[in-house]
Amino acid sequence: MAEPRPDEMEFYKQEELVQIDYTPPQTSWMRTPVDFRPGSWIYPAKARHLEYLGLANPREWSPLDEDWKLPEDWKEIIFEGMRERLNKYRSFKLFMDICVRCGACADKCHFYIGGGDPKNMPVLRAELLRSVYRRDFTLAGKLVGKWVGARELTPEVLKEWFYYFFQCTECRRCSVFCPYGIDTAEITIMGRELLNLLGLNVNWVIEPVSNCFRTGNHLGIQPHGLKDTLEFFAEDIEEVTGIQVEIPINRKGAEILFVTPSGDFLADPGTYTCMGYMMLFHELGLDYTWSSYASEGGNFGLFTSHEMIKRLNAKIYAEARRLGVKWILGGECGHMWRVLHQYMDTMNGPADFLEVPKSPVTGTVFENAASTRMVHIIEFVADAIRNNKLRLDPSRNDGLRVTFHDSCNPARSMGFFEEPRYVIKSVCNHFCEMPENTIREQTFCCGGGAGLGTDENMEMRLRGGFPRGNAVRYVQEKHGVNRLACICAIDRATLSTVCDYWAPGVEVTGIHELVANAMVMEGEKERTLNLRLEPIERGEGVS
Amino acid sequence: MNVLVALTALLLLGGIVYLGVEIAGLEFLFGVIIPYAAVLTFLIGLVIRVISWARTPVPFRITTTCGQQRSLSWISPNRIDNPSTTLGVLGRMALEIFLFRSLFRNTRNELREGENRLVIGPSKWLWLMGLAFHWSFLIILLRHLRLFVEPVPQITLLIQSLDGFFQVGVPVVYSTSLLFVTAATLLFVRRIVLPQVRYLSLPTDYFPLFLLISIAGSGIILRHFIKIDIVRVKEVVLGLMTFRPEAGGLPVLFYFHLFLVSVLLAYFPFSKLVHMAGVVLSPTRNLANNNRRIRHVNPWDYPVKTHTYQEYEEEFRGKMIGAGIPVEEEDNG
Repeated sequence: MAEPRPDEMEFYKQEELVQIDYTPPQTSWMRTPVDFRPGSWIYPAKARHLEYLGLANPREWSPLDEDWKLPEDWKEIIFEGMRERLNKYRSFKLFMDICVRCGACADKCHFYIGGGDPKNMPVLRAELLRSVYRRDFTLAGKLVGKWVGARELTPEVLKEWFYYFFQCTECRRCSVFCPYGIDTAEITIMGRELLNLLGLNVNWVIEPVSNCFRTGNHLGIQPHGLKDTLEFFAEDIEEVTGIQVEIPINRKGAEILFVTPSGDFLADPGTYTCMGYMMLFHELGLDYTWSSYASEGGNFGLFTSHEMIKRLNAKIYAEARRLGVKWILGGECGHMWRVLHQYMDTMNGPADFLEVPKSPVTGTVFENAASTRMVHIIEFVADAIRNNKLRLDPSRNDGLRVTFHDSCNPARSMGFFEEPRYVIKSVCNHFCEMPENTIREQTFCCGGGAGLGTDENMEMRLRGGFPRGNAVRYVQEKHGVNRLACICAIDRATLSTVCDYWAPGVEVTGIHELVANAMVMEGEKERTLNLRLEPIERGEGVS
Repeated sequence: MNVLVALTALLLLGGIVYLGVEIAGLEFLFGVIIPYAAVLTFLIGLVIRVISWARTPVPFRITTTCGQQRSLSWISPNRIDNPSTTLGVLGRMALEIFLFRSLFRNTRNELREGENRLVIGPSKWLWLMGLAFHWSFLIILLRHLRLFVEPVPQITLLIQSLDGFFQVGVPVVYSTSLLFVTAATLLFVRRIVLPQVRYLSLPTDYFPLFLLISIAGSGIILRHFIKIDIVRVKEVVLGLMTFRPEAGGLPVLFYFHLFLVSVLLAYFPFSKLVHMAGVVLSPTRNLANNNRRIRHVNPWDYPVKTHTYQEYEEEFRGKMIGAGIPVEEEDNG
């Protein structure tokens, strides 16, 4: 067998990876250069994607190059970019000014916990940008420079920005603990916007953005491909249940437009959750449609710039208007819901051409979505279960000992805690929580969010996934947990690796896979297989 | 190194007072002109700072939610940590400002080697030190009102009697004086002892601590050791307050105390100390999480280039028709 490479999990020996040295280096952070070691950074964006999107400075380059082929006037571009953003975002300006460096955030970052690099302490990540801000935008910095923590913007500083702003998953955990609510996601978002002005971006973000712009989804699935995929899911559903589900695509006049992350079209275990949606909609008799044009709920624009969020997100309302639906339903996803909840209405609303969402199944009016007119599918299904509109046989999930990973964005940008727990407990008999400092608002990131979930970044993913993986292993050993449920497509993709590495034997699932397995459908054949086409294990005493 | 820079700055300031008052006899400069200038700098600087923040738009509602959202009627929301109303936001801000709610959540990690296990538990020390530091600071300020106002306000008398409850010493030792010096010293020790915090600390993190400890220390010496003529102090301070300033008749340590207070005031608007005013404006804390219920407007919103459905269908029409997906314009395919 070939030797494992740095982009493979097997390359990293666990006993070496957990030898984490939290002792800071001898040299001060301002004079400690970046080390671009394999496994800890992400390939830069390909020129053709930048060209397609009309983004700055398309070229072929590598972070390992001495010369990053920056535009001639790169410093002015950065300063002008900072000035503009300081005037447009109170968050940015305030977060540059008020940090007291108390260090409460320092050990809250999963990358710092799993890696020990001091520049992954949220406060220092922000200082990378703040030090430049002080020197060029504050009086004290202009006068006495480094005595007040100011420093000059150099190519080396830029390299640091690139390395560390793409070592932040924008999970907002630090912001929960900060006494002033300073949000590193906000700092990183600004930092990445600035880097984008110079054409410094990563392909794992920009290629999905470019795909999404053109084909409607991150994966670049074209309309006929989407149909093939859903038909393929329908075949598996038929094999498991004996029921043929419908596949409405771009159907005008449907009541509901359904939008979900495209990751669930492609990779297991997200695919099973996607099948779960199709079965649920069939069982409830929903008048709904998929869209091939708005075939992406996720939005990697969030990892690029505010402008790019808006450019990609615009499709959802535009398509809802074109198809004439009444309201929009969104699937299980993390950063997608941050965008839908905190940005969409402001950027592309008002959605006054839609109606306030009302469940056709229960008559419940979703007042909490009265303006955006977009409901989270977990809210929707929780309401249906609560009103006894689904026949459920949780014993079909008796082979599973389930715990729930709160996905960062629904947790810390919505407060989405009880709905998913209610649904899981309704469809599973065996549920337990991970330790309290690792769930709900204190949940730990999967280590692969915000565009970092690519294999060339494997070392950082494993390190960043350590706190989460560690908590999973705890409940695995203590309570026999073998399934980690989550409501995020990036989680479903990256937590599988994290679990394989830190808690082998635990598999990842979306909640709608659990729902669909437990759901007793009208006219179904005897269910012997679950959606993974594995035999169903029932608990004792249940036939 | 960073500690030394801060310490040097402080020693320099002490030297300036000594030279200025004791050697050159510039009591009017240190007792009148500099305090006036410092107060002006503080007020104008802080107002400008707050206005510049307040005038900067909040384009998006980016609340950090730390509790259950308000969604379905049968799920009870966390009205404080995830407020959906203005009242909830006020509650959240009050807890944050008066009780340091977020810092109360602080945790500590322990990596148990050999077992490869990470254990996370609560840690309240920083919260406790911070709370003791800020509250005793505030109480000491309110106590000082008796030097600024005649007659002495009731609140000050009340605070004084509570603060001196234990009736130790003559004059009575106030518990907040001790608490403040202890907390500030511990905060300094913490910065030095924890390697991570030392690594991220700047001279500007040590300087205000040194400044405050020196102010408190000189105040304690003036009250308890030199037993300064408090009547004369009040005359001088009231003179400043009523713009009939007169200096003189006080020991050099008093000018040291006053000068460092002046430096603190003048330094305030240009330093991290502005967190006092900034925390109120923090968009992750002072906005209600009602994003899907009520639309938030971005004042500088602008149109962006999108990929329209027409452009999309133009490119994929043939494939869509082939797959039986409805299209807008069959003919042009």
